[in-house]
Amino acid sequence: MSKRQVHLAAHFPGVNNTTVWSDPAAGSHIDPDSFVRFAQTAERGKLDFMFLAEGLRLREHAGRIYDLDVVGRPDTFTILAALAGVTTHLGLTGTINSTFNEPYEVARQFATLDHLSDGRAAWNVVTSWDAFTGENFRRGGFLGADQRYDRARSFLETALELFDSWRGDEVLADQATGRFLRAPGPGAFSHRDAFFDIAGHTTVPRSPQGRPVVFQAGDSEEGREFAAEHADAIFSRHATLEEGRPFYADVKARLAKHGRQRDDLLVLPAATFVLGDTDAEAEELAREVRRAQVSGATAIVFLEQVWNRDLSHLDPDGPLPDVDPVVGEQVMSQGRASVRMHRDPLATARAWRERAEAEGLSIRELMIEQTARQTFVGSPVTVADQVQHLVEAEASDGFILVPHLTPGGLDPFVDRVVPILQERGVHRTEYEGTTLRDHLGLRPLTTTGARA
Amino acid sequence: MSTQHLHLALALDGAGWHPAAWREPTARPRDLFTAAYWTDLVREAEAGLLDLVTIEDALRVQSADRTDVVVGRLDAVLLAARLALVTEHIGLVPSATATHTEPFHLSKAVATLDHATRGRAGVRVQVSLSPDEAAQFGRRPAPDLPDALDEARDWVEVLRRLWDSWEDDAEIRDVATGRFVDAAKLHPIDFSGPHFSVRGPAITQRPPQGQPLVAALSHVPVAHRFVARCADLGFLTPHDDARRLVAAVRDEREVQPAWPDGLGDQPLRLLGDVVVVLDPRPGAAAERLARLDGTAGAPLAQTSDALVFAGTPGELADLALAWREAGLDGLRLRPAVLPDDLRAITRQLVPELQRRGAFRTAYAGTTLRERLGLPRPANRYAQGVSR
Repeated sequence: MSKRQVHLAAHFPGVNNTTVWSDPAAGSHIDPDSFVRFAQTAERGKLDFMFLAEGLRLREHAGRIYDLDVVGRPDTFTILAALAGVTTHLGLTGTINSTFNEPYEVARQFATLDHLSDGRAAWNVVTSWDAFTGENFRRGGFLGADQRYDRARSFLETALELFDSWRGDEVLADQATGRFLRAPGPGAFSHRDAFFDIAGHTTVPRSPQGRPVVFQAGDSEEGREFAAEHADAIFSRHATLEEGRPFYADVKARLAKHGRQRDDLLVLPAATFVLGDTDAEAEELAREVRRAQVSGATAIVFLEQVWNRDLSHLDPDGPLPDVDPVVGEQVMSQGRASVRMHRDPLATARAWRERAEAEGLSIRELMIEQTARQTFVGSPVTVADQVQHLVEAEASDGFILVPHLTPGGLDPFVDRVVPILQERGVHRTEYEGTTLRDHLGLRPLTTTGARA
Repeated sequence: MSTQHLHLALALDGAGWHPAAWREPTARPRDLFTAAYWTDLVREAEAGLLDLVTIEDALRVQSADRTDVVVGRLDAVLLAARLALVTEHIGLVPSATATHTEPFHLSKAVATLDHATRGRAGVRVQVSLSPDEAAQFGRRPAPDLPDALDEARDWVEVLRRLWDSWEDDAEIRDVATGRFVDAAKLHPIDFSGPHFSVRGPAITQRPPQGQPLVAALSHVPVAHRFVARCADLGFLTPHDDARRLVAAVRDEREVQPAWPDGLGDQPLRLLGDVVVVLDPRPGAAAERLARLDGTAGAPLAQTSDALVFAGTPGELADLALAWREAGLDGLRLRPAVLPDDLRAITRQLVPELQRRGAFRTAYAGTTLRERLGLPRPANRYAQGVSR
């Protein structure tokens, strides 16, 4: 039996403080060359896909555009369609939310992307969380938080019906007889539920994959259940052995009740990496990266997100504030998913104070410790060992790599770690198939969209 | 000022503008939904030095009750994006429907197309009055034309404001202060209208052209007004009334400043649309058109909005120069059959116009605006007081 394969993908570094834009090696986040280089590096490493995140309103802090991280990003569909022209195998995964879009349009765009890439499209379905983002859209922020997954489920189910509205055998294009279509009216659909009451015909014939591969990102009970029911892959945060194994076991266990098998849903956590010639060198480099990721100003901002008040007078190299967080509606920070993780700011403040005191940490040092997500640090062999071990131990099916440099940050992993994994027979040396479903080892779909 | 050269745009739709085009021996009807088909066509247009290509689109199928015509199409904005990195010079102007889409989404999509092409992007704005299309979105009944155009005017205004919402030098990457952008150079647009409101700023940096080209097709006075007030590039459908049509749009442009923020004196380019069946042999094009019409079962001229021209490249060059005399800046050519009539355009019409000194012999300038002699718009927010 062949060894358990490691699935690898890459996230184009974006607007989080993971991205070190101040490094002299950092390039543009909007220039097409950056995206081309990144995608071609991923393809050189025979990665499954590249991944783009989404953010439909610029983040704000204390009522101003937040300026300490990368600001700005391109339109997801447009970049992925452009990259389809300069890559041949790489999957193209776009995050598109189900709150500020309509199923007819999104289904049409993904079916188009799947055609234009010859079967390499994937959709990371997310739900949007706030009226803040809604201010950029026609319908504003009407959706209650409790309805997000209801709409997401309805949205996805509607989109799946639209993808399936063409079976794939409609176009004859028979020039001799003059029959372009086998029968009139292909692409007919009709859908009615609490969110969507729509009917008509989709314009895009069945795409090479039948539909895009479906990803889900989101860790809540609802998110896990949604993934278990509908997704082909889940984009998680749990990249350690301790957190990954229970998460992995939990979501895989949910599949059976939806009539699905264990391999129908891949678990792919986001993972950062820092490589050095030796483990010690990598550790040293990792410390430098962390300090670049959490400047003094960034540390104060992180603190303000939890304290929900102005702390700009504080010295980042000094101690935590004596005052408690302001409990209630978040006013300091807008447009950031991470803020929601601190559900009890008083408890967070208490825990942080205790840790800072016990370990003698300044604000910045504490924030580095609290926010650092350095998954893999070491020599190429060490990192390859860790990657392989986590997959063998069923903490994940692989990883979505998040480099800290744009666009060259993926190169060291592809050049130094991938060859080791290939040599060990746990990562492909050539693409065996052509579609993203092939790369992910997902079963083909029947023409009615069901899994074969 | 514009050059003296004519501007030539190519309008791509399916297998060509004739309903029987897909039946021709050179047609590739099985490839209509592949990137390779479109790449080949646009590269041919680029080899012919054409200014830009438009890509037709609609949010509904061409026909729900026929089996003898091309049915199905890809999203034009994505298709244009797919062509961005495999072309170098030609402008890419996909169609988009303002009526059912979010201006925020389209603004960033077209801005990104402009980034990806390094300044060769535009968008052809259209409205939808179709109950069938409205039912596919389920949000509201289909509007009438004046309402749809009012909404589209706001939609374009939002696109333009969002493109301006980042000043050109907003990204500062100031390592000393840790600031990636100068937040004072990012501006909310605070658009509020009867159909939608949009806060802004954009999530995408200002595109290379400042504002990608906004184009629109017009057949009737209310739409002439839309072109005059909202577009950088208008497509008209003259038959023997080119001079009158040009005047109708130009008059509207002068009556009403196109943009509320003092950009009303921007030049507007107007192209005449014409469906072309070309053959250098006298009479051969008309014969081919008659054959195509016979295959389709009805003459295209009876249903076409634009003039259907069947003749020699020399005769089409004559028409182009006559329309230039009438005040048009050039033509938007709709090939009746792909690739046949496209090749006739690039390999026969273009050389003919070059011989007459009426068309460029090489691409010059890098952006589509430069090629069309349209200035890069100043940023409406840049002179404002920093907020």
